[in-house]
Amino acid sequence: MGRTLAEKVWEQHVVRRADGEPDLLYIDLHLIHEVTSPQAFDGLRLAGRPVRRPELTIATEDHNVPTVLGPISDPVSKTQVETLRKNAAEFGIRLHPMGDAGQGVVHIIGPQFGLTQPGMTIVCGDSHTSTHGAFGGIAFGIGTSEVEHVLATQTLPAYRPKTMAIEVSGELPPGVTAKDLILAIIAKIGTGGGQGYIIEYRGEAVRKLSMEGRMTVCNMSIEAGARAGMIAPDETTFAYLKDRPHAPRGEAWDQAVAYWTSLRTDDDAVFDQVVEIDATTLTPYVTWGTNPGQGLPLGETVPAPESFADPVARQSAERALEYMGLTAGTPLREIEVDTVFVGSCTNGRLEDLRAAAEILRGRQVKTRTLIVPGSMLVKLQAEQEGLDEVFKAAGAEWREAGCSMCLGMNPDTLQPGERSASTSNRNFEGRQGKGGRTHLVSPQVAAATAVTGRLTAPADL
Amino acid sequence: MEAFTTHTGKAVPLRRSNVDTDQIIPAVWLKQVSRTGFEKGLFAAWREDPAFVLNDPSYEGASILVSGPDFGTGSSREHAVWALQQYGFRVVIAARFGDIFRNNSTKMGLLPVVLPAEKVEALQAAVEADPTLAVTVDLAERQVRWAGEVVAFEIDDYTRWRLMEGLDDIGLTLRHADEVTAYENGRQPWLPTTV
Repeated sequence: MGRTLAEKVWEQHVVRRADGEPDLLYIDLHLIHEVTSPQAFDGLRLAGRPVRRPELTIATEDHNVPTVLGPISDPVSKTQVETLRKNAAEFGIRLHPMGDAGQGVVHIIGPQFGLTQPGMTIVCGDSHTSTHGAFGGIAFGIGTSEVEHVLATQTLPAYRPKTMAIEVSGELPPGVTAKDLILAIIAKIGTGGGQGYIIEYRGEAVRKLSMEGRMTVCNMSIEAGARAGMIAPDETTFAYLKDRPHAPRGEAWDQAVAYWTSLRTDDDAVFDQVVEIDATTLTPYVTWGTNPGQGLPLGETVPAPESFADPVARQSAERALEYMGLTAGTPLREIEVDTVFVGSCTNGRLEDLRAAAEILRGRQVKTRTLIVPGSMLVKLQAEQEGLDEVFKAAGAEWREAGCSMCLGMNPDTLQPGERSASTSNRNFEGRQGKGGRTHLVSPQVAAATAVTGRLTAPADL
Repeated sequence: MEAFTTHTGKAVPLRRSNVDTDQIIPAVWLKQVSRTGFEKGLFAAWREDPAFVLNDPSYEGASILVSGPDFGTGSSREHAVWALQQYGFRVVIAARFGDIFRNNSTKMGLLPVVLPAEKVEALQAAVEADPTLAVTVDLAERQVRWAGEVVAFEIDDYTRWRLMEGLDDIGLTLRHADEVTAYENGRQPWLPTTV
């Protein structure tokens, strides 16, 4: 019987397999940031253990950093960032600190450097590590104990998850994006739907996505409950990687491409579960609740809790409407927002900024609008294209690279009761600041919403 | 980590689903560089509500958290596990867990127990009826027991063994360092390094 892409990549990385034990899996690349690593380095020091492969490890500062120029004013954040700098220096790990041209959100810089390649195993103490699966590798988030384990051994003991195919047939209609697709998938299978699985996204609509769109889809696999999501590499993947700083060159490139081309699910392989989505029926999606599965097409209304048959879903909806300050039956298009955020590891890449700029060109924003590039390189490229001027002319704020308003760890937060349209990945209670209310949207919907002050699709303008 | 064989204690019912790790420990608490002091941040936003179940004195001292489904979804922050343990919890019982949270728990010796939703509901109701109810979580026998009820749960042999022995994963892996080296010698030549 044939094998799935996930099975092929997994088998390639098994260091040791023994009855009654999890597989010991080799890790090709370990990404590090300031938040989930300090206690891991402490553990190494306590046990007198070195980092086994510092040259397979890279660090950046992203979660805590302010996105305006200047030093970190919060002393606790400052200590955490300085701790990463000390640890990186002590253990010989390459670090891209604030202000460095290579700095950025950890899941944006890996692909940008060409460090993320097909068939690799990639981990990071961050659940959105699933992003890197867009290149056809197995990439997943880990906790601090596992960060320490990878630092010490370059391996992880793990059971192979089951495999799930999400088959997306047809083409996405114009104006419908990768973000809308993944929000629709999560609404369909639920936040627990992918638990215990590696998802492989397949089908015509997925094949036609750019690498940036594929990263947006894989990024939110974790919001569907799956630790990892992946897409088989193809010409789009190879074209993205060619000539990136860490991509193979010359003969090594040809060898790599030959191998990468074999990384696809065999025709006779069997997935443990298959989910089918018809791309042609999709429209822009937004979330109305406090988990990413609580999403609907923008043309719908806020649902009534009684409309959910499952008592757990009903109770969850009741609580969500109360927290979000929403009334059942309100058209989603009538929801007014205070803040618009375009950025994050989900939608902070150049293509996302171009999409937002196209809508904001020659228009004015009605809300506070933060445009935060995912990395310093994305910032530079956007400025070379003049996108920063478009944003500033529209009245939006053009910021430095970082995680920014995706999570309440740096100065970019919502005030209690404030409502945002956000291109990030989580609408949890308090995620963007205590008491803040989040609607997850695509960059296109975010930009259109900034113009009207209400949840809006570009086609409505 | 501390070994876990069997534990008897009071339980507290958390009647919410999708308890994501941002609720268990909000991001502002993640700026610490130490491993201690996270109990103060446990459910920090929810604890501001006097009606929140952890503020009910009848559940004081509870060491078993009985939650709605999809507990520990979202962020990979192991701080969620540290906060629960440092607050005094030894066990979390739910019908479904976020994969990363569940994994982090077993690395730290916090036992995640999956029970069928109707058994979770029955246990929550029993604890609400009598908050002093003694609940036993027996890892050796793979059972949860209360008031004459005996409910079996599943956990793989290897994780159970590690938890019962209180073993450190890194030490176990380092026993196989030769195999790691052998694997490294056969890695594909084009794979990138960060230097």
